[in-house]
Amino acid sequence: MEPTDAELIAAVIRGDSASFEPLIAKYQARVFATARRYARRESEVEDIVQEVFIKAYQKLGGFRGEAPFEHWLMRLAVRTCYDFLRAHQRNRETAFTELTQPECDWLDQYVTAPDNADENADAARQLIHRILARLSPSNRLVITLLEIEERTVKEIAEITGWSIPLVKVRAFRARAEMRKILAKITKEKYM
Amino acid sequence: MKPNDLQTKLIRAARQEPLQDRVPYAFERRIMARLAALQPVNLWALWGRPLWRAALSCVALTVLCGIWSMTAAPKADATDSFSQAFDRAVFASSDQHLEDVW
Repeated sequence: MEPTDAELIAAVIRGDSASFEPLIAKYQARVFATARRYARRESEVEDIVQEVFIKAYQKLGGFRGEAPFEHWLMRLAVRTCYDFLRAHQRNRETAFTELTQPECDWLDQYVTAPDNADENADAARQLIHRILARLSPSNRLVITLLEIEERTVKEIAEITGWSIPLVKVRAFRARAEMRKILAKITKEKYM
Repeated sequence: MKPNDLQTKLIRAARQEPLQDRVPYAFERRIMARLAALQPVNLWALWGRPLWRAALSCVALTVLCGIWSMTAAPKADATDSFSQAFDRAVFASSDQHLEDVW
């Protein structure tokens, strides 16, 4: 029978660092999926995931077991991604001159017949990633958690450590910033 | 074109994107190696290992010397014992002196 998370964590805290490897193997796919929402380059994603697990190992003594280990780890992962965004915010894209041809085609399609523009198209996904990359770190985090991952305001407050009113204010500002970026795109492209 | 509608459509596109949770081969081992490199050096452990080796070598040498001394020692009845020879050498002059006096 495989040891439980609690048994593995207790072993790591006692000094058996090898017991941490099964925990990494079990949760790394989820952490990779989270990191890929905030970073595009694979080298950056790997750096984030590595940092998440190193932090988890170092802070494992503070894990009290009140919530499942997965929740604790994912909270750490989101906070690490937020730190990554803040550290790299100077590299944010600033212009839309680099829209690819498929992205332009998708926008054209949307402008001419909004209902026919396929939401499953790669171009639409690339476009939303490009827009997210232009948002400020806190706005990107809120849009990702609230709109894309469809988490509640309370959950976001728990993950980020922000108060519930602050999450609401940031969500409002994030949507406004996103609309502003979209308005700018359409203005640059069609006016 | 309304930015609100475009925003909703693009967010729906992002929601429909499947999770990309592939993991590079043996990534957990890479992290474990990194963790091992990060752990502080324990000076006692660093000293302890060679000291234990030295102690074991000393014990082995002592045992060997003991065995050698037991096997190589001369038999007691073959010659005079060492203590008798020693006594004679030390008290030789005093014996001579006493004989002269008497």
